[in-house]
Amino acid sequence: MPHRKVGFGLRSIGHTVVNGVWRLGYASRFFLLTLVSSGASFRRIHLTIREIYFSGVMSLIIILVSGLFVGMVLGLQGYETLQKYGSESALGSLVALSLVRELGPVLAALLFASRAGSAITAEIGLMKATEQISAMEMMAVDPISRVVAPRFWGGVISMPLLAAMFSAIGVFGGYLVGVVFIGVDEGSFWSQMQAAVDFRQDIVNGVIKSVTFGIAVTAIALFEGYDAPPTAEGVSHATTRTVVTSALVVLGLDFILTAFMFRGV
Amino acid sequence: MERTTLDLWVGVFVVGGLIALLILAFKVGNLGGYDGSETYKVYGEFDNIGGLKVKAPVKSAGVVVGRVSDIQFDNKTFLALVEMRISKRYLFPRDSSAAILTSGLLGEQYIGLDAGGDEANLRNGDKFKLTQSAVVLERLIGQVLFNKAGEGGDKKAPAQ
Repeated sequence: MPHRKVGFGLRSIGHTVVNGVWRLGYASRFFLLTLVSSGASFRRIHLTIREIYFSGVMSLIIILVSGLFVGMVLGLQGYETLQKYGSESALGSLVALSLVRELGPVLAALLFASRAGSAITAEIGLMKATEQISAMEMMAVDPISRVVAPRFWGGVISMPLLAAMFSAIGVFGGYLVGVVFIGVDEGSFWSQMQAAVDFRQDIVNGVIKSVTFGIAVTAIALFEGYDAPPTAEGVSHATTRTVVTSALVVLGLDFILTAFMFRGV
Repeated sequence: MERTTLDLWVGVFVVGGLIALLILAFKVGNLGGYDGSETYKVYGEFDNIGGLKVKAPVKSAGVVVGRVSDIQFDNKTFLALVEMRISKRYLFPRDSSAAILTSGLLGEQYIGLDAGGDEANLRNGDKFKLTQSAVVLERLIGQVLFNKAGEGGDKKAPAQ
């Protein structure tokens, strides 16, 4: 009976769409609830500081090492291309602009999603699976303001700091390869960089990007954890979804923000 | 509530992040080079500004003395009106001239000031009397071709 198969297919498409919209609405409500009940994470600041430690300080190594290598690769590749046009003195501005505008915020956010975001999802998912969340509700402790909101603010505070460190160490990596190893003139490396990078246009916009990515990644990680089915499989699926969704959202948001910020002015 | 080692690490992390931001602002960016000193506005009218952009440097003898702050098209004179902010530390004679120049072969365009000999200095709101427009490559090529054509005509003339 082909028409029954068609009907089944249509129904499953409809189910997927409705389910997706439903989940999006639930996620928005969850996000708003987190914002509303985040008073406790500032009144009891040690809760937030603990989360900055777990998502920020613990991500330091991966951020610094990746930043250094990304900067060094930029230095090598940039030199390779620029020397064809005899303008290897522009290496500094190439490395700094690509790091501060794009690579710093985006790569730091992707690394943050896989290092800290997945950990947040797994932790909250497991808390839910072992009924710690229900136990808190039983004791009249609001799990959103006690568990979710501090993690949210910890992530939002950590992300721009991590992105700034990524960019700074990346510029150092570019300097290391370009000036120390290859021998580009040190003076023109820094002076061209300083002439090209504008504080308001490039650095502040980079910070705005990283704050936005921090909000997006942490909110997705928290929601996936909170929404995970309370089984081992459910938590594992939720962790995967956190990394995939945050990566897509970060790259999509990056395009939108870039389109607003740098319109060739 | 007691102080813990965890607080120390978070403190180190936050300080490290802020230092990274400061490095970006002062070493990588131009915040250090930009001095917030007071400026005065001067204007220049150009036939053609080429690729000059707002925030392009204003240089004299190669030293940055100010920045282009605004570019507008004057619909009465059909000229481009460029507003420059020059640091109050640098004063120029009133008969100085402004030219739009290019740094390097493919570099960015900037305004070069050549000092004149007048006793009085330019003040806030003054206009440059002498300006030189940007060189537009197409017009330059057109001029060369035109001259070549003109020369060809001259050579033919005596032969006739």
